[in-house]
Amino acid sequence: MTTVFDRPHALIDTNLHYCPGCTHGIIHRLIAECLDELGVEGRAIGISSVGCSVLTYNYFNCDMIQAAHGRAPAVATGAKRADPNNIVFTYQGDGDLAAIGTAETVHSAARGENITVIFVNNAIYGMTGGQMAPTSLPGQITQTSPYGRDVKTVGYPVKVCEMLSNVDGASYLERVTVCDVKNVNNAKRAIKKAFQYQIDGKGFSLIEILSTCPTNWGLTPEKAIDWLKDNMIPYYPLGVYKDKYAEEGK
Amino acid sequence: MSEKVLMKGNEAIAEAALMAGCRHYFGYPITPQTELTAYMAKRLPKMGGVFLQAESELAAINMVIGVSSCGKRVMTSSSSPGISLKSEGLSYLAGCCLPAFVVNVQRGGPGLGGIQPSQSDYWQATRGAHGDYRTIVLAPDSVQEMVSLTIKGFELADKYRMTSMLLADGTLGQMMEPVSLDAGEIKTFDKPWATTGTKMARPHNIINSLSLIPEELEQWNLERFARYDEAEANEVMYEEYKMEDADVCIVSFGITARVSKNAVDEARAAGIKAGMIRPITLWPFPKKPLLAAADKVKAFISVEMSMGQMIEDVELATRCKRPVLLCNRTGGVIPSVKEVLEKINEAEKIGGDRA
Repeated sequence: MTTVFDRPHALIDTNLHYCPGCTHGIIHRLIAECLDELGVEGRAIGISSVGCSVLTYNYFNCDMIQAAHGRAPAVATGAKRADPNNIVFTYQGDGDLAAIGTAETVHSAARGENITVIFVNNAIYGMTGGQMAPTSLPGQITQTSPYGRDVKTVGYPVKVCEMLSNVDGASYLERVTVCDVKNVNNAKRAIKKAFQYQIDGKGFSLIEILSTCPTNWGLTPEKAIDWLKDNMIPYYPLGVYKDKYAEEGK
Repeated sequence: MSEKVLMKGNEAIAEAALMAGCRHYFGYPITPQTELTAYMAKRLPKMGGVFLQAESELAAINMVIGVSSCGKRVMTSSSSPGISLKSEGLSYLAGCCLPAFVVNVQRGGPGLGGIQPSQSDYWQATRGAHGDYRTIVLAPDSVQEMVSLTIKGFELADKYRMTSMLLADGTLGQMMEPVSLDAGEIKTFDKPWATTGTKMARPHNIINSLSLIPEELEQWNLERFARYDEAEANEVMYEEYKMEDADVCIVSFGITARVSKNAVDEARAAGIKAGMIRPITLWPFPKKPLLAAADKVKAFISVEMSMGQMIEDVELATRCKRPVLLCNRTGGVIPSVKEVLEKINEAEKIGGDRA
């Protein structure tokens, strides 16, 4: 019998705790496939953050460090500087990366830290039960914006890729999504490229992945995908925001 | 036989850290400890080490967490307000059972406070941030001891998988004294728990402080405190000065112990039998010699540059068997020998009969 589809080695064979319809599982698999295909699991160190993805340390087969809320890029900086041969990635949600960890995000990019940041943007705080995130859309109803996000009082969503594209130290920034097969394949290409950049010593990469939260959005998994397509993608356009080496290669 | 060199306290700490094998330093400028950061900036790159000026104290302590997770000796340094910012990381270091060496060159507080020397972070250093944990706190009283306790600090951190903090103050950090930089043998420890990459040859290591199962988290805390108990049993350090026949016992650490030593000598010259117990480890606190002294002396005096923080530990250690007086200045003011001497006179009188 020929095996045509299997679990990546870098992903541990265990039950994930994520809600039905959540796209964290897909993203985990894509990262694990990339670690396998690039042959770097044995020297990879993953940094899990605070939020729904806190338990990623139980899911990836490589060595893992659990960081305080927002501090993953600083912990990753230490892990990379401890041994530059380490392949270091962070896995962070929008609250972690774009609110409490904004300084760590911007400055690790500014330093051009040779790390890979996986940024899962689902426009809400999932773990704590659906509060407004820095990336919640204008008008979006959450537990802490029950009348809809009012930009006059709480301001506008943070567009991370756009913001970091002005940071000289950042090498590769791309926004992708995992809302359908075509986009899942595209997301994997971007993640793999980001890891390859790190292997090649090309500096800071961040892949922003538009993701769903059916539970806290109050939608079925299918409707959540539709909501992502109809509302998130228009506000957060997909694409490459910076690729220093593509620019320099020309 | 090593020659003595004249060094500033802050620089001596940095040089001692290098002697202890530390090749990773993360810091953020703050007075009065910045010479330490500057020294590392100059020395580490030339030794193949890593010096990084972080964007904040928060980032610096989390970079420390990253390096420590990977099994390397690492340190950060700051002064009082900066240590408050690092406190989150200190709790995570404890929760993750990670070794780290942290220096606090204290200045007056609270808030932005001042930039003159202080000992008012005693509670913060010995009690710490959120959660059940301990920090080894080392209190040098000379530039030479800053060297020896820095080396010791790295060893203790590795041995017990916890943070050891060098608690100095602005005077010690800034003053110059001759020091011998003879390190002797540096002890190192295996770190099989470190995230050094599985090399596809072992199950993955996880550095983590989270448990959602109460019984498991309780177990972790019990295991942590078993290590702390061992540290408490083995690592208490203190100095006794003229305690053999003392009627009045001063308890003081750091720069105020230097002042107090002079006061003890002057008191004795005036016919009062004063002595001093100088805690070198503030945690673990030298409870036994203090309790033993409580059966011999008339009274204790806690000499501190704070509103009276260590005094509570003195009262606990002596079980309030004898009166404990406070001789203190705060806000960046150092108590004078005269002030300590006056308090010794007072203690001699109100102490009553010997126990």
